[in-house]
Amino acid sequence: MEKQKALYEYVLRLADDSLILGHRVSEWCGHGPILEEDIALTNLALDLIGQATSLLNYAGELEGKGRDGDALAFLRYEREYKNLLLVEQMNGDFGKTIMRQFLFDAFRKPLFEKLQHSTDQHLAAIAEKSLKETKYHLKHTSEWVIRLGDGTEESHIRIQESLDALWKYTNEIFYKDDVDSVLIAENIIPSSEEIKAEWTKTVNDVLEQATLTIPSNNWIQEGGRKGFHTEALGYLLAEMQYMQRAYPNMTW
Amino acid sequence: MEDKNILELERRFQEKIDNDIKIEPNDWMPDDYRQTLIRQISQHAHSEIVGMLPEGNWITRAPNLRRKAVLLAKVQDEAGHGLYLYSAAETLGADREETIDDLHSGKAKYSSIFNYPTLSWADMGAIGWLVDGAAIMNQVPLCRCSYGPYARAMVRVCKEESFHQRQGFEIIAHLAQGTPAQKEMAQDALNRFWWPALMMFGPNDAESKHTVQSMNWKIKRSTNDELRQLFVDVTVPQAEMIGLTIPDKDLKLNKETGHYETGEINWAEFWEVVKGNGPCNKERVDARRKAKEDGLWVREAASAFAEKRKNK
Repeated sequence: MEKQKALYEYVLRLADDSLILGHRVSEWCGHGPILEEDIALTNLALDLIGQATSLLNYAGELEGKGRDGDALAFLRYEREYKNLLLVEQMNGDFGKTIMRQFLFDAFRKPLFEKLQHSTDQHLAAIAEKSLKETKYHLKHTSEWVIRLGDGTEESHIRIQESLDALWKYTNEIFYKDDVDSVLIAENIIPSSEEIKAEWTKTVNDVLEQATLTIPSNNWIQEGGRKGFHTEALGYLLAEMQYMQRAYPNMTW
Repeated sequence: MEDKNILELERRFQEKIDNDIKIEPNDWMPDDYRQTLIRQISQHAHSEIVGMLPEGNWITRAPNLRRKAVLLAKVQDEAGHGLYLYSAAETLGADREETIDDLHSGKAKYSSIFNYPTLSWADMGAIGWLVDGAAIMNQVPLCRCSYGPYARAMVRVCKEESFHQRQGFEIIAHLAQGTPAQKEMAQDALNRFWWPALMMFGPNDAESKHTVQSMNWKIKRSTNDELRQLFVDVTVPQAEMIGLTIPDKDLKLNKETGHYETGEINWAEFWEVVKGNGPCNKERVDARRKAKEDGLWVREAASAFAEKRKNK
């Protein structure tokens, strides 16, 4: 695989993670459990949509077919979205949203730390900016995982159930194929082993403080990076793409 | 003796008001002043929070990434306004959670405009342009309100509302100059939101039971009808500029006064919506109640955790 094509594919994967997760988190706006947390969740969504915008615009440039960020965000078919299965999962209760975000942030922080030194300057710049945001996200979600895990009996049960439900999607975070190999060789992206070591450390540390247990069932679900999704994504896209599909070729 | 004291306190209080000296939380104030402010500020706070729902309805369907980010930021601002306003009400002794429970039980009111549904993307434009536009007319004078914490909160709120009004106008102006389908969407939104926006200023002055006292206390600085007129005079030329038609066949410019004269507002509809019979009253309050109920376990966990850490 040639470098440019691999980079396009890689940036698209990062972009779709931000886009789809940002969309999911934005569903909370106006419905949060406390006003302060409503504001915080909306901030998370805004940061993620901002990252998605930068990444998708860059992906469009790399692709070189004249598609901009909006065309990529709103006018692809389901099989063309490359996000992790983790980020498309339904919000569930507040604990599930927080756990999903935590498992993701624990990956994104070390990833952006490395990517800010990428030999690809455009990607490095996006990573540097996104890292600042992601550090806050990880701090916020880690604190909530601990608070809910070590809060009341009910909150402990609920957040443990969320961890159990989401755990099968975590292995995919470190999915690796030709796209990664080509870019690792060029020093554009870090190896997934480095990121995985940091992710595992963060997750173990926070879950321990939260008195939560990693599920013993290690069944793995993956496919997002190749465009094979769960049933949750189709509905999300139907809603997200509604305006662009119903009113084609118009500007807004 | 005591009566004499109270009279003296009231005299000094009114003297401060008359001299435009702000009343602060620890100052003595008549109970009616305190209650009037609590009612007004908490209604205002509730309006910000309930007001997140009609626009929140379109966040997941925003037509492009920029509009999605702007709408998210805008609705988040409303949450922030709610937060300052609940805090301002707390300086008067109103507990935030109890205040919110009054909203959920139907005891406290909020702006009726949010009981109308948002049916198309153009409604995001109409709300910013008309609803936030009307809110600014109401709120700018409140920056000079006699109660310090409320007046100061309003300074920041008004800055953000002014941005919201411009973003709404930008949305609708863009649609009005777009394809026939977009223009139709924009006109339809104006048709549906025009009259409810005029109703936002409340009943006519003759019918407004709180106006006189509130004006004397400088809680309110202009009457409902004065503000409504100001809004109409500013908004009608904006509609003309972007080629949309105000849905009022009686609308005309009075050349002598320089003011626009409008047709009669449907006051029966106004009172029905205030009473709870608008298209979305039940849905809005239910959504807020559900958020509180669904979040109970989260708040309990946060308190339990804080307690545990304190004891460690």
